[in-house]
Amino acid sequence: MNISTVVELLEARLICGDVNQEREFLYGFASDLMSDVLTLDSDNLILITGLTNTQVIRTAEMADIHCVVLVRGKKVSAEMINLAEENHITLIETPFSMFRTVSVLYEAGLKPVY
Amino acid sequence: MEFRYEVEGGNFSRAGHASSAVKKILKQLNVDNRIIKRIVVALYEGEVNVVAHAHKGNILVYIDEQKINIKIEDEGPGIPDIDLAMQAGYSTASAAVREMGFGAGMGLPNIKKNTDELKIASDVGKGTTLEMITYLQ
Ligand SMILES: Nc1ncnc2c1ncn2[C@@H]1O[C@H](COP(=O)(O)OP(=O)(O)O)[C@@H](O)[C@H]1O
Ligand SMILES: [Mg+2]
Repeated sequence: MNISTVVELLEARLICGDVNQEREFLYGFASDLMSDVLTLDSDNLILITGLTNTQVIRTAEMADIHCVVLVRGKKVSAEMINLAEENHITLIETPFSMFRTVSVLYEAGLKPVY
Repeated sequence: MEFRYEVEGGNFSRAGHASSAVKKILKQLNVDNRIIKRIVVALYEGEVNVVAHAHKGNILVYIDEQKINIKIEDEGPGIPDIDLAMQAGYSTASAAVREMGFGAGMGLPNIKKNTDELKIASDVGKGTTLEMITYLQ
């Protein structure tokens, strides 16, 4: 699944990153617990979270996660956007709930890690 | 090569700056991405522990052809029972730490998993030192 599909399915807003990038995402992981995200080994993974702070971006940076979906339109700080841009992380904001976001992406073929 | 970073206890907005810097260095050295990930995930959990549990700390990084050696030394409360702290799920983290996405007692076990050698020494009331070695090949 590519970024433009994710944005369309989630009726989302792209905060930063290139909507036309080539990258294909295979897995999804939804969590507000960054320690849990840091245990994952999967490549090409989209992180779905309700947490909005710089640690989300730092976690994505360390774990080689290139796309983060923030659910329910939380406020994103300029610092988060700067960090995401610096590390080539695509940030997407959806008005959908965590539950709806996960079900839409799962239906569309994104695979669970466990 | 040697590098040194300072970590401020309680300052969550800066947590990760050392891990980020080390990641950039390892990329420049063309270390395999999977090995970089193991190193920086362990370092990041260690850096977050200083921010979450201690007053201040230093991160000392030594890199040679074979390995990276990272020492995280902090001044803080120390760890009274290291075996207990190493157990998955054990945590004394505050609500503020949990709001940042940490504090589930998964940090030290994940550091162990992602390093080739791990030594922890602690003096209650003084501080904690973590030494992590990972081979670059
Ligand atoms: N640098 C440190 N200084 C003092 N205590 C620490 C330190 N690192 C870890 N600990 C103790 O070990 C526990 C477990 O650490 P960890 O597995 O990283 O989980 P968490 O940080 O999520 O609580 C912490 O809750 C804390 O009690
Ligand atoms: Mg921790």
